[in-house]
Amino acid sequence: MTGWTGFKGGDWQEHINVRDFIQKNYTPYEGNEDFLASATDRTKELMHKLNGLFELEQRFGGVLDIDTQHVTSLLNYNPGYLDKDKEIIVGLQTDRPLRRGVNPFGGLNMTRKACEAYGYKLSEKVEEEFLYRTTHNDGVFRVYSDEIRKARHVGIITGLPDAYGRGRIIGDYRRVALYGIDRLIEEKKKDKAELSSKVPDAETIRRLEELFQQINFLGKLKDMAKMYGFDISLPATDSKEAVQWLYFAYLAAIKEQNGAAMSLGRVSTFLDIYFERDLKAGKYTESELQEILDDFVMKLRMARHLRTPEYNELFAGDPMWITESIGGMGEDGRTLVTKNSFRILNTLYTLGSSAEPNLTVLYSKDLPAAFKRFVAKVSCDTDAIQYENDDLMRPIYGDDYGIACCVSAMRLGKDMQFFGARANLAKLLLMSLNGGMDERYDMQVGPQMPVYEGEYLEYDKVMERMDYYRDWLAKTYVSAMNMIHYMHDKYAYEKTQMALHDTDVHRYMAFGVAGLSVLADSLSAIKYAKVKVVKDPETGLIKDFVTEGDFPKYGNDDDRVDLLAKEQTEKFITALRKIPTYRNAEHTLSILTITSNVMYGKKTGNTPDGRKAGEPFAPGANPMHGRDTNGALASLNSVAKLSYDTCRDGISNTFSIVPDALGHSDEERYTNLVSILDGYFAKKAHHINVNVLNRDTLIDAMNHPEKYPTLTIRVSGYAVMFNKLTLEQKKEVISRTFHEAI
Amino acid sequence: MKGYVHSFQSMGAVDGPGIRFVVFLQGCPLRCAFCHNPDSWHKEQGQLFEASEIIDKVKRYTEYFGKEGGITLSGGEPLMQPEFAAEIFRLAKEAGINTCLDTSGNFLGNVPEDSVKTLLSYTDLVISDIKHADKKAFKELTLGSLEKTKTFLKLTEEMNIPLWIRHVVVPGITDGTREVLEMAGIAKKFKNLKKIELLPFHKMCESKYEQLGITFSLKDTPECSKEKIQVLTSLIAAY
Repeated sequence: MTGWTGFKGGDWQEHINVRDFIQKNYTPYEGNEDFLASATDRTKELMHKLNGLFELEQRFGGVLDIDTQHVTSLLNYNPGYLDKDKEIIVGLQTDRPLRRGVNPFGGLNMTRKACEAYGYKLSEKVEEEFLYRTTHNDGVFRVYSDEIRKARHVGIITGLPDAYGRGRIIGDYRRVALYGIDRLIEEKKKDKAELSSKVPDAETIRRLEELFQQINFLGKLKDMAKMYGFDISLPATDSKEAVQWLYFAYLAAIKEQNGAAMSLGRVSTFLDIYFERDLKAGKYTESELQEILDDFVMKLRMARHLRTPEYNELFAGDPMWITESIGGMGEDGRTLVTKNSFRILNTLYTLGSSAEPNLTVLYSKDLPAAFKRFVAKVSCDTDAIQYENDDLMRPIYGDDYGIACCVSAMRLGKDMQFFGARANLAKLLLMSLNGGMDERYDMQVGPQMPVYEGEYLEYDKVMERMDYYRDWLAKTYVSAMNMIHYMHDKYAYEKTQMALHDTDVHRYMAFGVAGLSVLADSLSAIKYAKVKVVKDPETGLIKDFVTEGDFPKYGNDDDRVDLLAKEQTEKFITALRKIPTYRNAEHTLSILTITSNVMYGKKTGNTPDGRKAGEPFAPGANPMHGRDTNGALASLNSVAKLSYDTCRDGISNTFSIVPDALGHSDEERYTNLVSILDGYFAKKAHHINVNVLNRDTLIDAMNHPEKYPTLTIRVSGYAVMFNKLTLEQKKEVISRTFHEAI
Repeated sequence: MKGYVHSFQSMGAVDGPGIRFVVFLQGCPLRCAFCHNPDSWHKEQGQLFEASEIIDKVKRYTEYFGKEGGITLSGGEPLMQPEFAAEIFRLAKEAGINTCLDTSGNFLGNVPEDSVKTLLSYTDLVISDIKHADKKAFKELTLGSLEKTKTFLKLTEEMNIPLWIRHVVVPGITDGTREVLEMAGIAKKFKNLKKIELLPFHKMCESKYEQLGITFSLKDTPECSKEKIQVLTSLIAAY
């Protein structure tokens, strides 16, 4: 087969086994960035054109154009181009750049609202098409209990993916490049035949139908490529084809699904194998290879989904979480850093800084020193990348996992996850005190119990009540998730993405919590200071607190409070695990809030830590703004105490430091940032977003957005263009702790 | 042994090489006009800590230190409490932690030289400042003296402890080309000198002065620009 010429053979030829192919064929790179090429004139021209469109999109209120006539799918649009003559890698979601398609499979109402929010109307044609069709959203609301509806309404559980695609599934897009579509179809047919040989039960029948759909959509993927003039039946034969085949697979996924996070996986080192082969053969120059990757990344930057403004309030900045995992180490001790790890990061220079793709460095103490220095430089220059602890994840997932969304690790092509929502732990505390009543709506949500009696809060009594309500919350949360994912499988199954998984997949069910630092500080206040309750004379509900005396605060490397935070995460996952999941998925937990920490704060009353009703939470696992007063490392140490074994879906920490506090010179800053990363991850921490910038820059950008068209910052597990945040979100980001020198 | 501490900074990246845990000791008699920690002047206003407690704190951060980092004692003026400082460093060396002493070098009050020598024997790097190259101007700027600074620097030279010299560049006072070059000249006479760092004068401390009800004598002096620092740094390099 010509596509495989020159590659070392192995199990990957007999079975679908991309990891084996990588391990047998990749070339680790321990050198520095000096080999990198800069942007060619062609790239600059194309990017200039694209930047113009981005600007226009912003001026149009965030959405440039909507095709309301066609329902998005693999074959429903004519081929589209940014500039047909200049493009190296082709393929758009619709027939024109930045034109968004409509995807009502998740929910028709959401689609209607999204169209209307931007001055469009969903066409009669689509309305009619869905008149007799059940969406995921319809299905879920047919079965939701009153309790779930109430919990959802008051916001103790928020962000349930019941009206849009669940996302967080990573197709192993590399398979299309390595094997070609025909081989993938052949393997799936084999699996189906094998499964058909048994007397089927309900689960087997469901799997048979899923396999039918997978095979069907692999065929559509092939046809989609044909529309662009490519035959992807067979393996890709060179660098350009490998990128193109892989991109077609990703494109098909985002045409089919509007999942919350549509991550890419771990493609750069895989692609490097093709790049190295062509470099050696003299087929492409370094500059040409960079161009291919630049074009690919440009396409990723153009990926869009149509969302409602309410959705953007939760997940700011129009993100797709096109997360690409870079680097890491192999199980045999060789680094998985290749030249392509450098090239993909180099796109932040050749194309300018950007929030997407969500470039994620899998960080290990053993990464080559030159690569560590380079990523630190990229962080200092662009604030666009995040780091996750490869030494912590590799023993669990092996060395061919990728990150979905922000912090969710999965073995590529072998694991998938049922994602959804966050439980608001600060509200759980308040609801426990108020006997199941919501503090904002004065509504009975949880099981009824008398309101906490006594003037002062006693830690043990509070714990007892929380234990009871935590179990209730866990049951409600798991129930909602089970219903959502049952219906999503039924009405909006990810056909393309699941076709790019093994037939036997391992499933996670990924739960989340918000408000951990508010809860920890509140419990610390109850335990170490005196907290007096203030009751509303009319309702008798506890609405405020008077805290007398000082108490340790999370974020100062003080075990007295940090271990309370840790204990609460352990208690929550234990409560969740007691409730069985749909399809026997494995329960996992994340401490991650995206930008929704602002919204969660809005929905939560006064808390015993002194936070006032409506004030934002800290993002993810971060300490509350301004309460970490012992410097950056103390703050990092506090977060590092949260256990990844408890929070297998990830622990997000966003770290901002002013350049002058990181070192006097650029070189000092790089060295020091590497030391911080080495130290933080040696403490078994999981994730960190790094921003190296001054608060003044952000304030200036808030007041003069036109001066900062591409200012990118990491917020919580992803990056955003600062200008795409709402004013409220901008203010919250500015109020966060910026570590400074004394 | 107990001593007075002003505060801790778990991440110092600009107080010695690498990432450093900085312990600000309480108490300083110098009253430099540009002092940016006026709240660290009076020793008895500090919090009492055992030397071993401090080292226990530092040990929580050793993973971040890399090849170069460690503990920095700053202040205040660490030489106000030389025995306490020496005990902290002794314990640090026992734990294999790199030590850096940030001091004005002025033996004010009744500090016995022996205790300073003991402290220096546990010190891996001294960061000291020459506040002004001119004797008289030095006296106007602080309660210390150029002679005392030189005596201390001589001691570090005799004990062969690597030395960084710092100089705060205050517009109109310590930013003259001649003055800066003279300062560098004094510094370069010491064989143990490894580096000269120029620090820009800034006024982020103004609110502290207000809170403490102390007059900030340089209130009307402008801050020093980064460009100025770059120009002077390259001058020193060429000199």
